[in-house]
Amino acid sequence: MTSSQTIISRPPRIRLFRGPLALKDAVFVVVLWASGVLAIGAMAGVLIVLAIGSAPALTEAGLGAFVADGDWYPTAGEYGLVAMVAATLAVSAGALAVAGPLGILCAVYIRYYAGDVAGAAFRVVLMTLAAIPSVVYGLWGMTVLVPHIAAWQPPGTSLLAGVIVLSIMVLPTVAVLAEAGLRQLPASLYLGSLALGCARHAAIKRIVLSSAKGAVAAACMLGLARALGETMAVLMVVGNAVAMPDSPFASVRTLPANIALEMAYAIDVHRSALFVSGLFLMAMVGLLLVLRRCWGGADAPQS
Amino acid sequence: MHRNLRPFVNDLVVRAAVAAVVLVLAAIVMHVVTRGAALVSWDFLTTAPRAAGRAGGIAPVLVSTAAVTGVALAAALPLAVGAAVFLVEAVGPHTVAARLTRGCLGVLAAVPSIVFGLAGNMIFCDWLGFGFSILAGGLTLALMILPIAACVAETTLRMHGEDRRAGYALGLPQRRIVWSIMLPAAAPGIFAGLGLGFGRAVAESAALIFTSGYVVRMPDSVFDSGRTLAVHILDLAMNVPGGDGNAFATATVLLASVAAVVALFTALDGKQGRDFV
Repeated sequence: MTSSQTIISRPPRIRLFRGPLALKDAVFVVVLWASGVLAIGAMAGVLIVLAIGSAPALTEAGLGAFVADGDWYPTAGEYGLVAMVAATLAVSAGALAVAGPLGILCAVYIRYYAGDVAGAAFRVVLMTLAAIPSVVYGLWGMTVLVPHIAAWQPPGTSLLAGVIVLSIMVLPTVAVLAEAGLRQLPASLYLGSLALGCARHAAIKRIVLSSAKGAVAAACMLGLARALGETMAVLMVVGNAVAMPDSPFASVRTLPANIALEMAYAIDVHRSALFVSGLFLMAMVGLLLVLRRCWGGADAPQS
Repeated sequence: MHRNLRPFVNDLVVRAAVAAVVLVLAAIVMHVVTRGAALVSWDFLTTAPRAAGRAGGIAPVLVSTAAVTGVALAAALPLAVGAAVFLVEAVGPHTVAARLTRGCLGVLAAVPSIVFGLAGNMIFCDWLGFGFSILAGGLTLALMILPIAACVAETTLRMHGEDRRAGYALGLPQRRIVWSIMLPAAAPGIFAGLGLGFGRAVAESAALIFTSGYVVRMPDSVFDSGRTLAVHILDLAMNVPGGDGNAFATATVLLASVAAVVALFTALDGKQGRDFV
């Protein structure tokens, strides 16, 4: 037990090297800082491991091979990732092109159209969409979407199927984050424009959405980041042939799918080349994070 | 005339978008449940898979899922609570340390799950020598759900600033305030955050296929490989011709457990109106 004298005279925030410290308190402070360092270490660890894993392939083939090689035969020294990068971008951009506008409309609905009950109910719908596992989306895409597309344009497993499945998965992210951005606007903005005689649609389009531009853009960026990293749902519906995405009905392979498909049997340089795929993916996501920071939207509530 | 129509058209577009989203959700859930629910029975939940999963049940898969998510939550709880208490108690909100920690958690939250799989494979399976095991998979998932659980815990802790100040006014030492006042007060939020993490963990497949593996036997310990529900669905759908029926049945079980989590999360934390993305 510490004496009551030290307890009462202690300043509210404990500093490590100032004033008398009971041993227990010192241990507590150390544990506290250790857990903070652990959180930082977790992120650093993931990135460092990714770099270490990529090193053998990068030293053996060089970064240039991953960009310049035309084909992906990692066991025969062909490391071209460009087709897969293009496919990843195409699927994700397509998904965002669908989910972005839809998600913004959903956010507007919750904020300015729905009453309390309808808004809360629709939020539950969005949360459910966000909570459905990606393999379930993939299963649905395989058994419903792909046969429909195949009846129209065989073989069905295609970029288009990937875009549709992914847009459903990204929509709740965009909608919820955009709604959080709209919520942070001062109420006077919308009410004031109504009071000045603006129609509701004009107030939303011209005043509200243009004021929340940053937050909405940030929501879309985060949605795009989600789309880039999505593995299984896309893998199950896009066919996974390594090819440039030259038509919506072409079979393509995305970067995360490439890792998931080949990691099970890859060894040595091949395995390392898959880590380089992960590095490329991480670089794309990192670029988006930087862009999002530049636009400076609302901080994601939990993202 | 044209200008008068515009409000109606705009309203229509908004409501049509919302209706489309609701319909898509209904269509997906209905499709999975109608094809899967008939196959879900007590036997399905309690017997082992036969014929590569085409027949039989999912008992070992359920056990592995519980084990992997259990390991993940047990490892993520102290990490997340520690990071949150660090952010609230040890550093000021705008100091370099706080911004760095929060930034790192933000980056971690944006890391694609397949990259967690790569990192987990190298750290836990290779370097620490766990091999393909439930432990390796669970720890990988713990890294994955750390940022979201920490973020929820931090916001909840900050809501109880008044209790915290009252504690300091009474002259309590910091560790007493954290242990006896803040953590109990924030417990519902912390568990809601873990519930969110559970939702992530149980839905995950990309981070698990090469950390916990896809052995379908009943695991004896956390050092055995075991496949989770999501990985089982993936395997049945992709690699087992004629596995569709049991894939849908497993998906129904998975959806039911996720729905239970969403309901629990809403009940625990619904009044705060937090977002579940």
